[in-house]
Amino acid sequence: MATAEIEPAALPAAESRPPWTAVLHEWVVTVDHKKIGILYVLMAVGFILVAGAAAVMMRLQLWAPNLALVPPTTFNQFFTLHGTTMVFFVGMPLLIGIANFAVPLMIGARDMAFPRLNAFGFWATLFGGLLVYFSLVVPGGPPTIGWFAYAPLTENSFARGPGVDCWALGLIVSGLGTTTAAINFIVTILSLRCPGMTLRKVPFFVWVMFWTSVQILVVMPPLTAALTMLEFDRQLGAHFFDTQAGGSAYLWQHLFWFFGHPEVYILVLPAFGMISEVVPVFSRKVLFGYEFMAAATAAIAFISLGVWAHHMFAVGMSRALDLFFAAASMLVSIPTGIKLFNWLATVYGGKLVLKSPMLFALGFLSMFVIGGLTGIILACAPVDLQVTDTYFVVGHFHWVLIGGTVFGIFSAIHYWYPKATGRMLSERLAKWQFWLLFLGFILTFAPMHVAGILGMPRRIYTYGPGRGWELWNQLATLGALLQAPSYLIFAYNIVTSLWKGKVAGDDPWDAWTLEWATTSPPPAYNFAVVPTVKSRRPLWDLKHPDDPDWKYE
Amino acid sequence: MTDLSPPPPEVLPESAAAPPDHTAGVEGRPEPHKAGMVCFLVSEAAFFSTLIMAYVIFLRHGSAGPTPDEALSLPLVLGNTACLLASSATVHLAERSLRKGNVGAFRLLWAATILLGVLFLVGTAVEWRGLIRDHGLTIGVNLFGTTYYTLVGFHAFHVTLGVLALAAVLGVSARGLLPGTAPLPVTLVGWYWHFVDVVWVVVFLVVYVLGR
Ligand code: HEM
Ligand SMILES: [Cu+2]
Repeated sequence: MATAEIEPAALPAAESRPPWTAVLHEWVVTVDHKKIGILYVLMAVGFILVAGAAAVMMRLQLWAPNLALVPPTTFNQFFTLHGTTMVFFVGMPLLIGIANFAVPLMIGARDMAFPRLNAFGFWATLFGGLLVYFSLVVPGGPPTIGWFAYAPLTENSFARGPGVDCWALGLIVSGLGTTTAAINFIVTILSLRCPGMTLRKVPFFVWVMFWTSVQILVVMPPLTAALTMLEFDRQLGAHFFDTQAGGSAYLWQHLFWFFGHPEVYILVLPAFGMISEVVPVFSRKVLFGYEFMAAATAAIAFISLGVWAHHMFAVGMSRALDLFFAAASMLVSIPTGIKLFNWLATVYGGKLVLKSPMLFALGFLSMFVIGGLTGIILACAPVDLQVTDTYFVVGHFHWVLIGGTVFGIFSAIHYWYPKATGRMLSERLAKWQFWLLFLGFILTFAPMHVAGILGMPRRIYTYGPGRGWELWNQLATLGALLQAPSYLIFAYNIVTSLWKGKVAGDDPWDAWTLEWATTSPPPAYNFAVVPTVKSRRPLWDLKHPDDPDWKYE
Repeated sequence: MTDLSPPPPEVLPESAAAPPDHTAGVEGRPEPHKAGMVCFLVSEAAFFSTLIMAYVIFLRHGSAGPTPDEALSLPLVLGNTACLLASSATVHLAERSLRKGNVGAFRLLWAATILLGVLFLVGTAVEWRGLIRDHGLTIGVNLFGTTYYTLVGFHAFHVTLGVLALAAVLGVSARGLLPGTAPLPVTLVGWYWHFVDVVWVVVFLVVYVLGR
C-alpha cells in the first residue's frame, strides 16, 4: 500500500495557491488512485469529443443520397477512429477511471494495491491513444479497417501506409495498461478490503469490478497476441493473416471476437455495478437479491467467454458451431434478465428520489432492455444472416453501449462527482443533458434498425436514392445533432461546477457505502482510521444504531 | 502512519468498536504481491495459449518450404529441455536452502539457474542458426516458419526476461539486501521461472513431439 507519502490534508487558502506548474507536476507524477481515476475520466472526455465529432461528420455525410461532404477514404477513417476510440479510449478509461476512484474508497482501503502500476496503466492508455491518433500525420493517414480490423484489409497489400501500425501498436500499448489495471483491481479487492468486509459484503460495484477484471485478464492478452501477429505480418513478413500465402482471415475473426465479445461485457458490467449502487440509494431500499445479482455477474463473466462466434455467423462456420454459439448467446440473457428484474424489484415500492444520478439510472433500465432484446434477435443465426453487417447491428450495439454503458457512466459521474470534487453538479444542466441525450439517442438509433431491415449495409459512405433509406437516415442525423449538445453541456457542467457548484458535504445523497464516510474530496489517505464494517451498508448501521443491517444479513 | 489526525469525521466509532468478523480477518487475505503475480501469470497463460492455438491451427497447412518433420531435430532440443527442467529444480532447491538459512547454497543454486537459463538460450540460438542456414527456414518463408518463430521466439524472450530477473535478485542478494528466509523477490521470480518452464514443456510437446 502506498501510505508512504501521507501529508496532512492541505486546505489551501485562496491567496497561497501553488503555481500552475506545481499543480501540473503534482498531477503528472501522482500515484493517488483518486487523482489517477480523475485523469482517466478527463482523458476520456477529451477523446469523446473528438470521436463524437467524427460521428457527427459521418451522420452529415449520410444525410442524403450521393452526398460528397467527405471523400470515401476519409469516411472510412472516421468510422475506424470513431469505433476504436469509443471502445478503447472512452468506454474503458471511463469505467476503469471511475472504478479507480471509487473501489478503494468503497472497500475502506487507502489506495489501490499497486499505486505506481496504477499510474503506469493510465499513462499507457493515454499514450496508446495518442499513438493511434499519430496516424493522422503519417503518410496515408489513419487506417480504414473498422474497429474490428478484418484481415486481409490490414495486411501490407491493402494497407500500405503506417496507419495500421499506429493503430495496432497503440492498442498493444493501451492493452498492456488495461491488463495492469485489471491485475490491480483484482488484488485490491482480494487483499485490501477493510476488516469485516467479507467478499459477501462488498458493495455491488466492487463485486462487478472484480469479475470485469477477471474478464480483462483473460481476453486482453489474446488480443495483444493477435495484434502482435498482425505486426509480425506487416513488419517481419510473417503470414498469419496473409491469405495469399496460406494465412487465415478466419483466424483473425476468431481471435478478435474472442476478445471482442467479452469486451462488450467489459464495457457494460461496470455500468451494471454503477446502477446497482445508484438505484438502491435513490429508491431508499436495499439492493434486491444481492446474492442472485452476484451469481448472475459471475455467470455473465463466464458465459460471455463462450459466445464470440455469434459475430461470425455469416462466415459459414458449420451448422454445429452456429447452433452452439446461438444457444450460448441466448443463455447470457438469463443472468442479464435476473439482474434487470432485481433492479426493478429494488425500485418497486421505493421512495424514488429523482435526482440526476437516478434519472440516468432509469434511462439505463428502460433502454438497456431494448438493446438486449435486439441482441437476442441477432443471436438467432438465421435472422442474423439477414441483417448482419447492416444498420440493424449498428442500432443494436449503440443501444446497449449508450443505453447501457453511457447512461450507467453518467449516472455514476453524477453520483460520485460531489465526492471527487466537494461540489454538486448543476441539476438543471444535468436534466438538460439527460433529456437531450435520451431523446437524441432514441432518434439517432431507432431509425437505424429500420434502415438495416430495409437492407442498408453498415460502413457505406453513401447510397443511391429510391431504396426507402432516406427518411431513416435523416431522422438519425437529426438525432445525432440533438444528442451532440448534451455531451457539450456535460463537459461544461463538470468544469464550471468546480467553482459554481453548491458545496456538497460528506454525504449529499444520504448513502450507505464507505466512500461517503470520509470528506469530499477525500484526503490523500482516504480514511484516518481504517474502518471496520459489519454489513453491506456500514453507513446505514452508523446512522441507525437501533436498526442495523447486520442483524438481518 | 502517525500523523493521521486531521480531519476526524471518517472514523466510524460504532462499527470500529464492534468485534472483528471471524469469517475473514484482514490477516487471512492473500499477500498482494503474490496475488498480483498469480494474476500476471494467468494473463501470460492466456497470451501463450493464443500463440499455441495459432501454431496448432496452421500445423501441416501445406505450403512450400521446410516442414516440421524435415527441419526440427530432437537431440539439441532435448538438451535444451533438460537445461530448463534442471533449472526449475535448482531454483526450487535454492529457495529451500534460503528457507533453511543457508545463504551460500542459495546463491550457488540461484546462479546455477541463471547459467542453465543462459545455456537454454544459447541452445536456441544454435538451433535457429541451423534452421536458417541449413533449412532456409525464416519467419517469412512459410506458415511453419511464421508460427514456429513466433511461438518459440516469445518463449525465449520470456526466458531472457527471467534470466535478467534472476540476475537482479542475485545482485541484490550479493549486496546483502535480501532480508529474511523467504523474501518476496525470490518467491515471485521463482514462480515466474517455473511458469516459463511449464510453458516450455507445453511448447516442446506441441512443437517437437506431437507436431512432427
Ligand atoms: C442478450 C445479450 C446480447 C446478445 C444475445 C447479443 C448478440 C449480438 C450479436 C449476435 C451480434 C452480431 C451481429 C452481427 O454482426 O451480425 C452483436 C453485435 C454487437 N453487440 Fe450484442 N448482444 C447482446 C448484448 C450486447 C451488449 C450488452 C453489448 C455491449 C454493451 C453488445 C455490443 C455489441 C456490439 C458492439 C456489437 C457489434 C460489433 C460489431 O460488429 O462491430 N451486445 N450482438
Ligand atoms: Cu457479441
